[in-house]
Amino acid sequence: MIQASGLRKQYGETVALDGVDLHVREGEIYGVLGQSGAGKSTLLRCVNLLERPTAGTVTVAGQDLTALRSAELNRARQRIGMIHQHFALLSSRTVAGNIAFPLEIMGVPRAERDRRVAELLELVGLAGRGKDRPNQLSGGQKQRVGIARALAGNPSVLLSDEATSALDPATTQSILALLKRLNTELGLTILLITHEMNVVKSVCDSVAIMAHGRIEESGAIADLIRTPGSRLTREIFPLPEPAPAGSVTLTFTGDPRQPVVSEVVRKFDVDLSILGGSIEDLAGGSVGRLRVALDGAETAAALAYLRDAGLIVEVEGS
Amino acid sequence: MTWEEILPLLWPATLETAQMVGWSTLFTALLGLPLGVALVVFDRGGLRPLPAFKSGLGFVVNIGRSLPFIVLMIAIIPFTRLVVGTTIGTAAFVVPLTVGAVPFYARLVETALREVGADVVQAAQAMGASRTTIVRKVLLPEALPGLVAGLTVTVVALIGYSAMAGTLGGGGLGDLAVRYGYQRFETLLMIVTVVLLLVIVQLLQSLGDWVARRLSHK
Repeated sequence: MIQASGLRKQYGETVALDGVDLHVREGEIYGVLGQSGAGKSTLLRCVNLLERPTAGTVTVAGQDLTALRSAELNRARQRIGMIHQHFALLSSRTVAGNIAFPLEIMGVPRAERDRRVAELLELVGLAGRGKDRPNQLSGGQKQRVGIARALAGNPSVLLSDEATSALDPATTQSILALLKRLNTELGLTILLITHEMNVVKSVCDSVAIMAHGRIEESGAIADLIRTPGSRLTREIFPLPEPAPAGSVTLTFTGDPRQPVVSEVVRKFDVDLSILGGSIEDLAGGSVGRLRVALDGAETAAALAYLRDAGLIVEVEGS
Repeated sequence: MTWEEILPLLWPATLETAQMVGWSTLFTALLGLPLGVALVVFDRGGLRPLPAFKSGLGFVVNIGRSLPFIVLMIAIIPFTRLVVGTTIGTAAFVVPLTVGAVPFYARLVETALREVGADVVQAAQAMGASRTTIVRKVLLPEALPGLVAGLTVTVVALIGYSAMAGTLGGGGLGDLAVRYGYQRFETLLMIVTVVLLLVIVQLLQSLGDWVARRLSHK
């Protein structure tokens, strides 16, 4: 749905994007995770060409945006929704007026606009608030207006620029739940950038980790979790680093209640001590990560047993 | 002078001032607004960056702003004659008043438009809005309270300028104060004129503030 290849963006001497490739599939929620200054905001703004990349191409819904002239680009942008960290609502307009704005730009007739606005208010849970001014709303409500506005033109893609970063944790969760619902119900493809791992954990299907203008790691979360040495796994499950030599890190993606650890201790001549670990709900299932130290004559056999049980076994420092 | 002598002088003079200020405010708004928009739109990082053109505009605006009004009034007498056919009387002074106030208001318009958040403009760009749409539907409506506040300041400045215009044949309250209050030592008339100007300015400022507040939803 979104395909960016070889994106470079330079501001004078500063390189903001240093050869970025991005592939977002239709119907998925794709998160770009990184610290501020990593280039993720530039990347997002290159997708709808708010920033024109120095080199590289961007294709959205099969259309090469970098090849378009300004009038055509404006038409293409009408099919790409965007929500913003500070909502970017017009204070001169009511809530309904804000949502109607993209429809005005598209030249939708008034009656049709009014009908669509009512529908969108309902969709984001703000029915009856159309006549309010943005300054009468809470942050979460403002972002709901932002989302309704972004969806007004029935876009195939929604870009989210740190949309929950200005919100408190509870409101963040409710906005994320709304995005997830829109993704499922409308089949909306969402590309979001964030510096919060929590956002990625809650809603994303795929993720790209960015640093210094490059993507360091990307893919479906379910796959990355199963990839030994993945940076995502390390960041989601912080374990004491560096791992003591000879210790073992176990990642299990199935039912967290399967009693593999106690089985290993019972079946093999090993002692097992737990050094650290946690369990998270991720990509539709539970994922646990455990750092243990194994000692005893049958250590190798025990590890083989764990691998056979479907766990990802990483022996550290060996 | 007694009140009976002052009042018949005061009313026509007030009307003349109102005419000068009223017409020049109208023309200032009509010319200053597009000029202010141009200063923002053509600026580096603006909607349609044309830095060289913007610098040229800014230079012309600054010339207008740096000339003392009394000098400007005299300097553009040929232009005034060209436009109105005469250089004395209330109508004639609408020209220098407008020429003097347009650059002033244009700078205030520029400041008000710059107050509009970059994120709002970008949001409109992301929606696929054309530049004209962004100016008409984002920049101007969002800056409206500031535009009104700026116009209020401009009207008050124009009242001051109009008093100077009075001394060169424009009539109005300034002319009255100079001819009677200064040249004939009519203290009572001087005081009455001063109080009247004070009241007019206060009323206009309060009105402007009230309108700007009503329009603001920040």
